[in-house]
Amino acid sequence: MSLDISFIGILIGSIMASSVPLILAASGELITERSGVLNLGVEGMMIIGAISGFALMVITDNLFIAIIGSMLSGVVISLIFGFLTQSLLTNHVATGLALTIFGIGLSAMLGKDFVGIPGKDFPILFSSLRESIPFFGPILFGHSIILYFAFVLPFLTSYFLKKTKLGLIVRAVGDSPVSASNQGINVILVRYCCILYGGGMCGLAGAYLSLIYTPQWIENMTAGRGWIALALVVFATWSPIKVLIGAIIFGGISILQLHMQAVGFRIPVQFLIALPYLMTIIVLVVISRDSRKIKLNTPTSLGRIFYKEK
Amino acid sequence: MYKNFLRYLISAIFLITFSISAKADFKVGFVYIGPTGDHGWTYQHDEGRKAVEAAGIKTTYVESVKYGADAERVIRQLAQSGHDLIFTTSFGYMDATNKVAKDFPNVKFEHATGYKREHSNVSTYSARFYQGRTILGHIAGKLTKTNTIGYIASFPIPEVIRGINAMTLAAQKVNPNIKTKIVWVFSWYDPGKEAEAAQALIDQGADIIMQHTDSTAPVQTAEKAGIWSFGQASDMQRFAPKSILTSIIDDWAPYYVERAIAARDGTWSQQDTWHGLKEGMVAMSPYNKGMGADLVKEAEQLQKDLASGKIHSFTGPIYDQKGNILVAEGKVADDGMLLGMNVYVKGVEGDIPK
Repeated sequence: MSLDISFIGILIGSIMASSVPLILAASGELITERSGVLNLGVEGMMIIGAISGFALMVITDNLFIAIIGSMLSGVVISLIFGFLTQSLLTNHVATGLALTIFGIGLSAMLGKDFVGIPGKDFPILFSSLRESIPFFGPILFGHSIILYFAFVLPFLTSYFLKKTKLGLIVRAVGDSPVSASNQGINVILVRYCCILYGGGMCGLAGAYLSLIYTPQWIENMTAGRGWIALALVVFATWSPIKVLIGAIIFGGISILQLHMQAVGFRIPVQFLIALPYLMTIIVLVVISRDSRKIKLNTPTSLGRIFYKEK
Repeated sequence: MYKNFLRYLISAIFLITFSISAKADFKVGFVYIGPTGDHGWTYQHDEGRKAVEAAGIKTTYVESVKYGADAERVIRQLAQSGHDLIFTTSFGYMDATNKVAKDFPNVKFEHATGYKREHSNVSTYSARFYQGRTILGHIAGKLTKTNTIGYIASFPIPEVIRGINAMTLAAQKVNPNIKTKIVWVFSWYDPGKEAEAAQALIDQGADIIMQHTDSTAPVQTAEKAGIWSFGQASDMQRFAPKSILTSIIDDWAPYYVERAIAARDGTWSQQDTWHGLKEGMVAMSPYNKGMGADLVKEAEQLQKDLASGKIHSFTGPIYDQKGNILVAEGKVADDGMLLGMNVYVKGVEGDIPK
């Protein structure tokens, strides 16, 4: 492997790009879960975001509308989940799984006419600086605005949960909805908002794939990234910063193993392919050993149905 | 009581008409590994299915069917629901197809790219894609400046290894310094991963990318990086208008129509079909003029010679990676060897995943 410094810069840049959908989807799901709602529909919401974004781009030829539309589509589809689990009190796990299956099917149906249409180039920022500064150029510049947003999001999420009153309310609802309700908090409303926010972020994550990362629409193009995002939230013990670390490690090792193959390392390929999963789990388990902190971050009533007696 | 009676009567009528119509209509079923919207492998099979439909024969298809128990369940379901001929269009359906065929001797089965015909109602068919790879290798060998060709591979089966070898041999013939770098993604279809693999190969010095996976992501990555690439399964030119030199196109339509009509008319018999450029099952999309008029001519000539049989993709001497002779000078590899190919030829880097 050639190891000159500018090459490493390019490598880090592409690792960052590959972790964006995981960061977005996992950050959204994290808020949903912190409010006590387990939504397994991440994959379904992502794929709906991917097709909506792509379709809107083709129809309106406006990337801004496409991005906003993809988030709204995620919101709308998560509203179905919200209505079922919060208003009709259905089981979170079953409803979330159904949402994923529904999303994949619906996106395939909606996408029939959009197969085989090439996507558009998404504008990247500071592309001239990318070329002119060695090492730091490809890391810091020449990315889409969504990437910058994704890398700020975990810090915003952390600040929101720890330092703001609204964040406190979300955590209270997730830990003990009964006490929160007795304090006069509208638990159902808070959970609805968190579900819709999670849906919006998953929609954006999907649009990142279909508009920026691999600009095209093909069925099933999320290829399981929603499930990885879900697992990241749990292994990161509901901490936004650890979600970010986990997503970067996962993206990083996925890409490094491809480089190791291209260079011709004599390591069994199957092992290399399993490596990202293995390393992400190991690292997250090692950095999340503090059981007191885990207790603090884990939404105690995750996945439990809350019912307010009238 | 009366209400119930009416209900039974209606369902009875429905069932009888349904079973009569099921018997009367000749139906063909298709099992796909990917979605019909992949714009690659499955897309081309579905184009074949549409041709059968256009010939006036009813068809149904099931897409995105996983290997293993799922595949067997779907194939069995198609056989039970009155399909007379079933095409299973991926290598991994081999055992499931033969297993179901045993239980339905009156149903005909056609399995793509496999070699097991355990029962008289199972035929196999495939296309000599490696002939296309020979043309790609020739072009790539002429155009590469870094002498490094990047190859995105799916699964280590003979079909894929044959393609890698055919390409490498042809490239070596015009450029002895050529190296083939391979990245296995262990998926037929994951646009994100395929794009990452393409990028990794480009970062490692490949200036020509080709793929044995089904999505258009690698050619788009090549287009962005400003290097050459080749399309796979269908014409991917519009996804990377500058980058794509040509695409290997699978054209299943004539075969599917012929076999469906044979099965309907009762003339179907077990076969092992392996068609190539000659029969048109493998075709090349128009060559990109960017490669230069001379090279276009060479490629077209090579295509003609491969079709006529004047040139064989695997002509000796061929050595494996350790330098042992595989095919002696002046000989060509027979089909048996090609079908079971599980070693790299000299010049390919790395090991085949076991």
